Amino acid sequence: MIRQSVLLTIVLAPLIAAILAGVFGRFIGRRGAHTVTIAGVAISFVLSAWVLKLLLVDGAPPVNEAVYTWLVSDNIRMEVGFLVDRLTALMMVVVTFVSLCVHVYTIGYMHDDPGYQRFFSYISLFTFSMLMLVMANNFMQLFFGWEAVGLVSYLLIGFWYTRPSAIFANLKAFLVNRVGDFGFLLGIAGVVYFTGSLDYQTVFEQRELIAANTMQIIPGIEWQAITVICILLFIGAMGKSAQVPLHVWLPDSMEGPTPISALIHAATMVTAGIFMVARMSPLFELSEVALSTVLVVGATTAFFMGLLGMVNNDIKRVVAYSTLSQLGYMTVALGVSAYSAAIFHLMTHAFFKALLFLAAGSVIIGMHHEQDMRKMGGLKKYMPITYWTALIGALALVAFPGTSGFFSKDAIIAATAAASIPGATYAYWCVLLGVFVTAFYTFRLIFMTFEGPERFRTDAHGHHDSHTPHESPWVVTVPLIVLAVPSLVIGWLTVQPVLFGDYFGTAIFVEAAHDTVARVAETFHGPGAFSLHALLTVPFWLMVAGVATAWVFYVKKPELPSQIAARLGPLYKLLENKFYFDELYQAVFARGSRRLGSVLWRAGDVALIDGAIVNGSAHVVGWFSGVLRRLQSGYLYHYAFAMIIGLSALLAWYVLR
Amino acid sequence: MQFDWPILSVLIWLPIVGGLVTLALGERRIALGRWVALVTTAVTFGISTLLYTNFDMSTAQMQFVEQLRWIPAFNALYALGVDGISMPLVILTTFITPLVVVAAWNTIQNRPAQYFASFLILEGLMVGVFAALDALLFYVFWEAMLIPMFIIIGVWGGPRRVYATIKFFLYTFLGSVLMLVSLIYLYLQACEAGQCTYLIADFHRLPLGLNEQILIFIAFFLAFAVKVPMWPVHTWLPDAHVEAPTGGSVILAAIMLKMGGYGFLRFSLPITPDASATLDWLVIALSLIAVVYIGYVALVQHDMKKLIAYSSVAHMGFVTLGSFLAFELLRTHGDVRGAAMGIDGAMVQMISHGLVSGALFFCVGVLYDRVHSREISAYGGVVNKMPIFAAFAVLFAMANSGLPATSGFVGEFLVILASFRADFWYAFLAGLTLILSASYTLWLVKRVIFGAVANEQVAALKDVNAREFFVLGVLAVGVLLLGVWPAPLLDVMRPTIENLVQHITVSKL
Repeated sequence: MIRQSVLLTIVLAPLIAAILAGVFGRFIGRRGAHTVTIAGVAISFVLSAWVLKLLLVDGAPPVNEAVYTWLVSDNIRMEVGFLVDRLTALMMVVVTFVSLCVHVYTIGYMHDDPGYQRFFSYISLFTFSMLMLVMANNFMQLFFGWEAVGLVSYLLIGFWYTRPSAIFANLKAFLVNRVGDFGFLLGIAGVVYFTGSLDYQTVFEQRELIAANTMQIIPGIEWQAITVICILLFIGAMGKSAQVPLHVWLPDSMEGPTPISALIHAATMVTAGIFMVARMSPLFELSEVALSTVLVVGATTAFFMGLLGMVNNDIKRVVAYSTLSQLGYMTVALGVSAYSAAIFHLMTHAFFKALLFLAAGSVIIGMHHEQDMRKMGGLKKYMPITYWTALIGALALVAFPGTSGFFSKDAIIAATAAASIPGATYAYWCVLLGVFVTAFYTFRLIFMTFEGPERFRTDAHGHHDSHTPHESPWVVTVPLIVLAVPSLVIGWLTVQPVLFGDYFGTAIFVEAAHDTVARVAETFHGPGAFSLHALLTVPFWLMVAGVATAWVFYVKKPELPSQIAARLGPLYKLLENKFYFDELYQAVFARGSRRLGSVLWRAGDVALIDGAIVNGSAHVVGWFSGVLRRLQSGYLYHYAFAMIIGLSALLAWYVLR
Repeated sequence: MQFDWPILSVLIWLPIVGGLVTLALGERRIALGRWVALVTTAVTFGISTLLYTNFDMSTAQMQFVEQLRWIPAFNALYALGVDGISMPLVILTTFITPLVVVAAWNTIQNRPAQYFASFLILEGLMVGVFAALDALLFYVFWEAMLIPMFIIIGVWGGPRRVYATIKFFLYTFLGSVLMLVSLIYLYLQACEAGQCTYLIADFHRLPLGLNEQILIFIAFFLAFAVKVPMWPVHTWLPDAHVEAPTGGSVILAAIMLKMGGYGFLRFSLPITPDASATLDWLVIALSLIAVVYIGYVALVQHDMKKLIAYSSVAHMGFVTLGSFLAFELLRTHGDVRGAAMGIDGAMVQMISHGLVSGALFFCVGVLYDRVHSREISAYGGVVNKMPIFAAFAVLFAMANSGLPATSGFVGEFLVILASFRADFWYAFLAGLTLILSASYTLWLVKRVIFGAVANEQVAALKDVNAREFFVLGVLAVGVLLLGVWPAPLLDVMRPTIENLVQHITVSKL
């Protein structure tokens, strides 16, 4: 049995730590702040692992129970409660593990920052919010966690609040996420409308009821209610998990300190959308249209966002585009009903992407806060631990057979190949070509940073710089090593049960007709055979080609890239400008809204309502009184004259009547 | 449990007497006068909590009822009582007023005794509006309340205070005169029906034809729509807020706007249910215009107070939307549950908006006291100098953007859920607030709070003192508590709102 007190401790430990570090940060000092927050998240991690063990080994039944009633409005009971099954427990362990690593890493990374305590407070608050999100047993709490992680993301992207770019990026991130949340909230409203409940269990039990209904959103066109609701919910996922066209905030979020790029914008928060759709699998399975939408959006993100990583020179942004692309892979998996593959990739990605980000952060510390890869090179010699761990992360990212990323990504590609819903062919080509793209940009990063000539020695003015890069302190390198281990082996160890076994049980529901994972499972004969077999497949050779191309471009013939860029002029420009999404949104939404607001205010409020109607009526009264006043001049002969006119008029009327 | 002493009368008259005492002490003994004001309002709040602790949550009946003969010639009664709709509003009033006193403690230099007295008298009158059971008594409180507010803006206001006060007065007066005509008409109808009183409860039961109802509805509508304020009769609000002193803005936003919403629930819905059902499209349309149109207008304001004032109009749109969704849900969809949910949402939104907008105006007041400017462009990078203040400001900004776990989320969430039941597009337009409110509020935060220190005045800022910390802290606790656990509020209101929904389900025709 899993006690509620254990679950409460898991969520409250980071919350209390966040409050202590945030509110009492001045009193407990730096050491106090990191001690208390690390202790908090460590407690969460240990207990989460224990919960996972209880569910997995001891066969404890999943927990689904309320903690307290948030409110009751019209017999709809809205509660705060926990649903902890194996899907949740996996997420809890991943979240708290990565969070713990990032907490330790932060001691080194934020060492000199005046906002030290505040930072620890925020990341612990984030851990709390994320746990509330994954442990929710109802839509309301899911939305709570959903927005709360958004809030912390906002605070952390703008952590260095004096930088204009940071406070621009955090506002942008929050607003773009709000667009997603808008859809998400409408989806929740739809769920409540059709089922009268916010509770997952109750809603899933009544899913056929939703499926039996139609809605007329545009008069005359009937839509399946389930399709509308699933697409609305997915819009929320698109915001949080940065899918095209709501992806624009994620690259800019790199303005935040690197530890949170690893924790929030790679490993955990951005995967909330993936988790949510997997959690809602009983609903999504009922709508093939919704699944196709998911598939196409994911595939587009996976391929086209990867392309952007090929031309960027900022080490963090390359990893960020890679994150977008990998989130696209997960979304594709959702679209082909391979939910377990999506969650599996979510898990392996959390480890190796957090590793890559933290390694990038280590490079940034070593380079004294330089992020431009054109000014790096040859760092292998100076930062060996960072290099080797980054290499492990890179191999996992490009899906080198045997690494964790290999099992999850290969499964997604295989599942997409096995899928038959509309859009599957397009998605297959996207994820397949994406392999080449991924391999290229990943090893471009590795080669530009760690191999080749030492470009950091000459600065822009051409004279030599004295400082030499150095390996980071142990609080930075130990988390790298700790993350490198699962990046390497977790796939091999868990692919059998999680992906092809019955790990998720009833937590994930797949219609037999959509069950692509089962089709892939037929060809699966253990992780070793799976890895060996991969050597004969197209994705493997595409990956090798990608790495080789990167090697030619950035080690063998470094002059080649600029020549090709010049040759491909417009295409290169398109990529360099990120398909002009930012410019478009800036013009249409940001400037357009302000212009609309100005027009409504100046023309509507000021001119029409106040000018014409309110002050206008006052003027009319004033003018009318002015006229009346002029009549009362005080001169006797005016009055006498008026009387005579009046009298004659009256007489005339009498006479002529 | 009811009391054997007239608790509601105490809540009305204690602050008024306290105000008169402060006035009598005069400007020279202001040190004492301040304490009188503080103790009176604090004790009033303390007493008002007894309303909650002794409230019978199982009934829709009026509680703590008092009834005395008042003007025998008109059969007007001094009748007081509260139910689940008015009781939370009474407590909101008694909660906010002491905070206004604390906030003004020594920041008002010009005639502070009169300032405090105005607020105390205003408090009593506002409690009277929510507690009155007799329509004539209600009307007297309703109009009397304008006087102290008129004085507050007119004496302690900004440079354009005369324009603002006249506009405020004429706008509100225009609506309320027509309301008086309807009340008299209703009284005459009640006499014909043999119930010759001004009791609002009797008006509820009065059978009325559709045409009569529509005329009465329009008269009420003007009075309440101006107060809420609804688009397009909202333009007095930005001017009044901009010119009003901090305390005036807080009371205006936190409590006086709620009188409009309260009026709809107490008068329009139950007295003219059929007219409401006939004209609900109009109210819903105006509410949605308020949410969307005003959201855009708020985005382009240069003046912090004006921005928050427009944001108030947009947020109050949820109150009217939630209240009038009931008719579409009941009569078109037969959906009793959704109807009550909309009204629940409207009520929670009123209480929440009272806390959040009050807090935001306090925040502007804190900055204004230091820099003497409300222009957004006069600020930038405040967080560097005032980190504690910035933390509060961001919290209240998030509440204004409807972030879950703050009170701002609860009401909007319920109203959006209810509006989805009526029409997808209602929910769609109302839901846009998620984007719009975040846009204008957080853009404001970005420009004022974040960034590098913008100028010397910002560089010279000092963080909040203990007094300001207390005011903001108390409001922060309220905002979070209501966001994390709104159930107690909903529980108090439930019987009354269910009863109201029952009542409006039945046609009067």
